Order: sequence, then C-alpha cells, then structure tokens
Amino acid sequence: MVAQTSAGRTLLAGVRDTLPLMLGAAPFGAIFGALAVTGGLSPGAALGMSLFVYAGSSQFIAAGLIAESVSLGLIVLTTFVVNLRHALYGASLGPHLKHLPQTWQLPLAFTLTDETFAVTILRFTERGSRPDGHWYMLGSAAAMYINWQVWTAVGIIAGQQFEDAASLGLDFAMVVTFIGIVVPLIATRPMLISALVAGSSAVLLNDLPNRTGLLVAALLGIAAGAAAEALWPGEDAAADE
Amino acid sequence: MNEILLVAGMAAVTFAVRYIPLVITGRIDLPERAFRVLRYVPVAVLTAITVPAMLMPTGELQIGPGNAYLVGGLAAIAAAWWSKKLLPTIVIGMAVFAAWRLLVA
Repeated sequence: MVAQTSAGRTLLAGVRDTLPLMLGAAPFGAIFGALAVTGGLSPGAALGMSLFVYAGSSQFIAAGLIAESVSLGLIVLTTFVVNLRHALYGASLGPHLKHLPQTWQLPLAFTLTDETFAVTILRFTERGSRPDGHWYMLGSAAAMYINWQVWTAVGIIAGQQFEDAASLGLDFAMVVTFIGIVVPLIATRPMLISALVAGSSAVLLNDLPNRTGLLVAALLGIAAGAAAEALWPGEDAAADE
Repeated sequence: MNEILLVAGMAAVTFAVRYIPLVITGRIDLPERAFRVLRYVPVAVLTAITVPAMLMPTGELQIGPGNAYLVGGLAAIAAAWWSKKLLPTIVIGMAVFAAWRLLVA
C-alpha cells in the first residue's frame, strides 16, 4: 500500500516536471499535423505517424519530404538517421532500467523522446533510479505521448480547414524547446565547446543530402566535447555534483 | 505512396534505435569512459538541429533583425541562461518570436 502510494507520487512528479515541455510540444505537434495533411498525407496516416512512430523532429522532416515526393525508402532512411540520437538516450538509460521486466522496458523504449530523456536523466542523476524511478519516467512519457496525439489531431483539423495553418511559424516551438533542454546542460567548458562545434558544423554541412549533415555535425560535437574534457580534466566533475 | 508501409517502416527503425541500445547496455557493463562521452550526445545533437533552424529557417543563411527565428531563439537562450528553467524559456521565447514576427519581420 505504501509502495503503491509512493509509485503514484513519483508518477505525478514525472508528469509535473514534463509540463513545460508539453507546452513546447503543443504547437510543434499542431504544425506537424497541419504540414502533413497540406503536404499530401491522409489524416489517418498523419495520426498513425504520431501514434506509432512518435518522434517529433523526424515526423516533421518526413512531412516535408512527402510534400517533395521523395521515395518511401529514402524517407525511412532519413527517419533512421534523424532518430539515431535516441540510441544514445537508450544506452544512457539502459543501466538504470535493466532490473525491469520487458513489460516495462518495451513501453519505456517506445515512448523515449528528447523531452522524457531530459527530465528523466536529470532525475536519475540527482536522485538515482531505484526503487521507483521507472514510475517517474512512465509519468513523463505518458503525459508527452497523450499531449502529442491531441495536438497532432488539432493540427490535422486546422490543416484541413485553413491552407495557411502550416505557415504560422509554429515550428519555432521545436527551437525553443530544444534551447530549454540544452542551455542548462552547458555548465562546463567542454559542454560549451561541444555545442559550438555541433552548431557551427550543422550550419556549414546543411546542404549534405538526406540530412546527413546533422549526424556528422553531432558526431563532431561529441568528439570535440570528449577531446576538450581530456584537455581540462576535472572541470566536468563539478557539473556532476 | 503506400502510407501503411511508410508509417510501419518509420515506426520500425525508430523503435529499433530506441529499444536495442537500451537492452544492450542493461546487459553488458559499458566502461565509465563511454558514459562520459554519452553525456555530450544530447547537447551535440539538439544543438545541431536547433542552430540551423535559427540561422537558416528557409534553408539559406539569414542573419539579421528580419529573421524572427534568430531573434526569438536568442531571447530563449537568454531566458534559459538566466532562469535555468524550462517554463520561462519556452514562454519568453515563443512570445518574443510571435511579437517580432507580427511587428518587425
């Protein structure tokens, strides 16, 4: 009984800490829905993408590629590249979730997003993941998932009603959400170097085909951060406290 | 285009990249050094998505007050730096972007 109550409280803490990110995901979900249907995807497929793929930035990019009549295989490949970062989120969370049965690991992996990763890894770093950290992650993931479906649906309806819905600049919500996640993480010199290298490389490599510039820029940023950490050992330990 | 095949393909690759590494690192112990490197991943990837979206919203470099994405993004960075909190960052960033787009850009 006590364990039940504690799990429930932890779940609600996960929901609460995710609320600001839901605010950012709302216009982003709406712009995806609007772009998808104005770009030629059926409303069912647009909603299906949110339900089964559930990866905002790749859905957004896919909607753009569909509007440009890019082939199915290339869209799936681009999705893979854009979502590769989730592999590293999963790898970071794996040791925290290894004691859980598949009935937990499967849904937590399926709903792993930038937003849920950001709040969950912060919680696990500050307070550890045992005994009930998975309830925290579930709360964050469930809140984000439901929010994303609702706003996708709003965008689909708006996109069918008004041709201009896609040009309102709602995609800025993605920019502001990612800034909110990244800036507090830049607490050390190596982190700053990693961000500067990744950001400038991404601009310079923007014209590479199929969004591969994004992946190369990210790898350069990771390498730069790791190299900088080797140069200034100890600086980073302070950020772990 | 076959939409069912498209959604299924995107769903399969996305789930695979989320699930497989999670299970693998749960079973084999990665060296401490690997985890130190992993800590740079979110910063590097999200910055690589965000900076081009701010500086080249139409696909071409656009640095100046006519670019609301840049102005709103800088406001969000300032808000994030100052507050270290998500809610003010998101609210201030979106408000500045919307106002700038309406009034200036």
